Amino acid sequence: MEFGAVFRSLTFPQIFNFNKKPAEEEEEEEDEDLSDSEDSVFSGLEDSGSDSEDEEEEGSNDKEDGDDEGLKTGPEESEQVEFYVCVSRVFRVQLFSDVVVPVQDIRNTVGNIPMEWYRDFPHIGYDLDGKKIYKPIRNKDELDEFLDKMENPDYWRTVHDKQTGSDIVLSDEQVELVNRLQRGQFGDVNFNEYQPQVEFFSGDLMVHPVSNRPADKRSFIPSLIEKEKVSKLVHAIKMGWIKPRRQDDDSRGRYYDLWTNEDSSILAKHRMHLPAPKIPLPGHHESYNPPPEYLFTDEERALWEQQDLSDRKFPFVPQRFSSLRQVPAFPRFIHERFERCLDLYLCPRQRKMRVNVNPEDLIPKLPKPKDLQPFPTTQSLVYRGHSGLVRSISVSPSGQWLASGSDDGSVRFWEVRSSRCMKTVQVGGAVRSVAWNPNPSVCLLAVALDSVVLILSPSLADRQVVSSSERLLSGQQEEEPAEGVGPVTWSEGEGEELNQGIRLKIQHPKAVHQVAWHAKGDYLASVMPDHSSHLQVFIHQVSRRRSQNPFRKNKGLVQCVSFHPVRPYFFVATQRSVRIYNLVKQEMTKKLQANSKWISSMAVHPGGDHVVCGSYDCRLSWFDLDLSTKPYKMLRHHKKAVRGVAYHRLYPLFASASDDGSVIVCHGTVYNDLLQNPLIVPVKVLRGHVITHDLGVLDVTFHPTQPWIFSSGSDATIRLFT
Amino acid sequence: MGGLQKKKYERGSATNYITRNKARKKLQLSLPDFRRLCILKGIYPHEPKHKKKVNKGSTAARTFYLLKDIRFLLHEPIVRKFRDYKVFVRKLKKAYGKTEYSDVERLRENKPSYKLDHIIKERYPTFIDALRDIDDSLCMCFLFSTFARTGKCHVQTIQLCRRLTVEWMNFVITSRALRKVFISIKGIYYQAEVMGQLITWLVPYQFSHDHPTDVDYRVMATFTELYTTLLGFINFRLYHSLNLLYPPKLDSKTESELKEEDEDDYAMNSESYLEKLSALSSSLARVVSTAEEEEAELDQFPDEGEDIEKLEAREKEQKQLEAQKKLFDGLKFFLNREVPRESLAFVIRCFGGEVSWDKSVCIGSTYEVTDETITHHIVDRPNVDKQYINRYYIQPQWVYDCVNAKIVLPVEDYFLGVTLPPHLSPFVEEKDGDYVPPEKLKIMALQRGEKPAHGQEDEEEEEDEEEGEDEEEEDDNEEEEDDEEEADEKSLKKMEEQRSKGKSLQVKVTPGKMKVENPARLEEEEKAEEKRLAIMMMKKKEKYLYDKIMFGKKRKVREANKLAAKRKAHDDAEKSKKKKKTRK
Repeated sequence: MEFGAVFRSLTFPQIFNFNKKPAEEEEEEEDEDLSDSEDSVFSGLEDSGSDSEDEEEEGSNDKEDGDDEGLKTGPEESEQVEFYVCVSRVFRVQLFSDVVVPVQDIRNTVGNIPMEWYRDFPHIGYDLDGKKIYKPIRNKDELDEFLDKMENPDYWRTVHDKQTGSDIVLSDEQVELVNRLQRGQFGDVNFNEYQPQVEFFSGDLMVHPVSNRPADKRSFIPSLIEKEKVSKLVHAIKMGWIKPRRQDDDSRGRYYDLWTNEDSSILAKHRMHLPAPKIPLPGHHESYNPPPEYLFTDEERALWEQQDLSDRKFPFVPQRFSSLRQVPAFPRFIHERFERCLDLYLCPRQRKMRVNVNPEDLIPKLPKPKDLQPFPTTQSLVYRGHSGLVRSISVSPSGQWLASGSDDGSVRFWEVRSSRCMKTVQVGGAVRSVAWNPNPSVCLLAVALDSVVLILSPSLADRQVVSSSERLLSGQQEEEPAEGVGPVTWSEGEGEELNQGIRLKIQHPKAVHQVAWHAKGDYLASVMPDHSSHLQVFIHQVSRRRSQNPFRKNKGLVQCVSFHPVRPYFFVATQRSVRIYNLVKQEMTKKLQANSKWISSMAVHPGGDHVVCGSYDCRLSWFDLDLSTKPYKMLRHHKKAVRGVAYHRLYPLFASASDDGSVIVCHGTVYNDLLQNPLIVPVKVLRGHVITHDLGVLDVTFHPTQPWIFSSGSDATIRLFT
Repeated sequence: MGGLQKKKYERGSATNYITRNKARKKLQLSLPDFRRLCILKGIYPHEPKHKKKVNKGSTAARTFYLLKDIRFLLHEPIVRKFRDYKVFVRKLKKAYGKTEYSDVERLRENKPSYKLDHIIKERYPTFIDALRDIDDSLCMCFLFSTFARTGKCHVQTIQLCRRLTVEWMNFVITSRALRKVFISIKGIYYQAEVMGQLITWLVPYQFSHDHPTDVDYRVMATFTELYTTLLGFINFRLYHSLNLLYPPKLDSKTESELKEEDEDDYAMNSESYLEKLSALSSSLARVVSTAEEEEAELDQFPDEGEDIEKLEAREKEQKQLEAQKKLFDGLKFFLNREVPRESLAFVIRCFGGEVSWDKSVCIGSTYEVTDETITHHIVDRPNVDKQYINRYYIQPQWVYDCVNAKIVLPVEDYFLGVTLPPHLSPFVEEKDGDYVPPEKLKIMALQRGEKPAHGQEDEEEEEDEEEGEDEEEEDDNEEEEDDEEEADEKSLKKMEEQRSKGKSLQVKVTPGKMKVENPARLEEEEKAEEKRLAIMMMKKKEKYLYDKIMFGKKRKVREANKLAAKRKAHDDAEKSKKKKKTRK
């Protein structure tokens, strides 16, 4: 309880001490350093004083410290004086460092050594007599230290002397001295720092010189170094390396009339110069308050944001502000100006001639279709009856009958004028091609289905004609089939087939795609497209029931064939080209390059000098055989593949049928004069067929005498346009 | 046989062009210097016709200059100055390195500098050439004059730009050359007609700039160097053409008036004169004090063989122009402090109005708010506390719209707190077929002298009419075919309608009416078909061109229709809103 009471009574100074402590501790440390460096001077003297104080404290605090007292000895009265003397000696050392004064502790003879060396010994040195000086027995632990710190009012001025191992309490004078030293003042209070200085060398001229040395020679003669420097400068000025200071002319900011005498001669130099185009002027979009229609909708804005910078129509988003004070600065202003600068000096300039044509002028001037009549203009009849798409049609040479072959396996005979189906022949297979014999004195029809070519005698003519055709068919019986088994076999129709009019069957090795008659009506050509075989075309002679393969080599996939109407020529259209063979000489005379990917159909002009080819890549090429092997004209009228082409026998007309469901009739006059090129004018686009399964019009043919045109389509109808 | 073998790329276009790097080496200049030279001399790259030939067979991307241009640069005295400058910099560095500061000082005093006068003269041999190319320089100077005087470029440049632009504006005011003004979101466009040249420039709004980092200010500074020189010479010439003093002086009369105010509030003595000039409120001093400009009467040359109509049209235009120049004559404006003072003062003074502002806004105000003779008070806030009865309180857009419409517009639409009518660009000239916003139609009607319909009903009627038009246009749009084809379609439709009518009739009684067809229409149809057939026969190249032209035309129509549709939708929405309001 006693301890507690004491503690309580000391709380106030304790706090006070705490406040003061840090600075003082520093001071103490410095003091220690100082004493260490300058030979620990006053260790022994303070021993006693500090000890006595300690004693007192300890006496008041702790009764167990009694052991210490016995060791502590020393004259207390002389302490102050001694200390002062020591300190002043230190000062002297500081001031006049050249004067060596051996300062040594009188009590401890170990000298200025680190005292740690004695840490493990019971003594800390030797006195003058060589006897050990023992360490004071200190059993102060941390707690005692702390309590001491708290309770001892002189703690802050207590210094530990390492050399003697004792604590020294500094007196007021000593503290004052330390403070003065720390402030950088002299230790002696009475010392005057600012004594008037006595100058050894003054401006006053004295009677006697300081030294009596005679003047040097160099003070009489000019300096060589200076001369060298000056001559260098002079040389530099002479050479123009150093320029005289330029007069500050104010002419830079001065303006005058630059164009007083304008001469146009300079203009001539600049003929190649292109002035930079001006910045386009702003439209309504750029207004700060544009009409509402110029603002972006949400979609437009989203689009604008997605677009690449170069694709944007405007480099900014139109905005609307209700009043002028709300308009902010345009963030890209400097950018735009800079870009303009870049354009001005980095962009290549080029004079571009703007095409300023009236589009009407581009349209070629053609004769009016009205002047080129007659040609079919309107759809007048529709022949219905087939149930499958009608692949092929053919008109009899008299123009009275129309034969059609369809995918439903039937061949129908129609009367042209009444659109009545006169006869239906079931042939049992999809019909690929039908062809009337062009000879008006016989009435025969060739039908191609699968690998068979049938010769029908529909008996739709005068008895005389029918009989003549019968004769033609029967005439062959005289021919003995002695050739043996060729690739083609001829057989006669039997039984029911005879009733239907099927007279002859010509069996081919492969599927037949097309049949074509010679103009005389005796020869018949059939096409079997095949990549690998040379057996692609056969020419049959009906009257002698003979077949022959005219080609020994395969020259490409044969698309269609045709006989020349007058001369003994044979046209074979392969994928890319049309070959013309002379049948008499048995050699090729010409090869026409169609410039298209895949020829679909071909027709020969009745004059025989012109050929028109339709192709699957929507083109129609007109060849003038006298002119060149390249097409005279390419027509791209159709939007889809061209399926069929046809010439009119009498009128200067030709037509093309396409998958886009249209038939385009063109006027194609051919002049007898070789110098005049044929005149080709499209005159009518005929529509009527319905597109089914992506197929439109499949075949087209003209009436032999009238300007009428028949077309058959995938919608199972045949239409007549007149 | 014999003869030297011809080598490739030693004749023809390959010898006419030179790549940039080669040109640089030939001129012995660094790339920045070369750029500067090109900017100053106006040399630009050329795009050769056959790039591969010029590029000696390679297809690498290169910039080509004309060899002639580069040869032309070889003789340029400024190239020498550039080299001198390079030497100067080297010497300066050396002197610094040796810490010879006297040398540094001496070198600095002799810093090489160049003048651009001869280049201006060379690039623009005649004054008109220079005027024609002044757009960019004005834009640039106006931009630089708004820069803060720190960092990006020399303060002197900024001051010079400011001075030149103020001089230019003063000239435009004095000559009354301003024609059109447009407030865009970028800034304010002005268009003036000086000596028959239309000059357009853009002034940014008065805000501090957010300087972008990806802009090379050195390039801009080089351009500005050239442009300030050009603009200075042009200003000089223009001022002299009007018998004005250059550098501009304020009229002595007005100057004395202005002196009364204490100037020290606004600027230092050195700057106050420029400030007073830039206030734009007073007229300039003339060399020979003449009476106010006498108008040059347009002489009549009736016997020049020119059409009388043309002559009349020109005269009419002239009259209109005169009227526009005196648009604001006799009107007295007062600018409230929140409106852009410089722009408005400039525009109003250009058209003869008097203008003033609050003393504390800027130097050079001529009368107070309390002046009873003020006719228009321009305010850009929802309402004003103290209103005078004998003046209009209007929003600033009125001034600009009046200028563009060339007439004094009715003020009702521009009162305080009123939703402003849209501000249209005066630079758009609608051709037939283009979309014309209804506001423009209204203004055109006003210009023709028609009275605007005030009543609500009339307006609605108008709108209805417009809508009708719009609908028609839309129909056109949907068809998206040539006009004639459209006509065809229409006629076909009508024919069909007729037919169907005929059929319905036929069912009843008359069998003969079915064939009634309009011969004119038939003819049209025939023509259209003819055209279509003829188009089929076009050559590939021509067809391509034709299709392109037609595509462009169609796109134009489509855009116009789109705008019209948008407008209609907007108007409908507005109307329905109004109706709702009235119902409530």
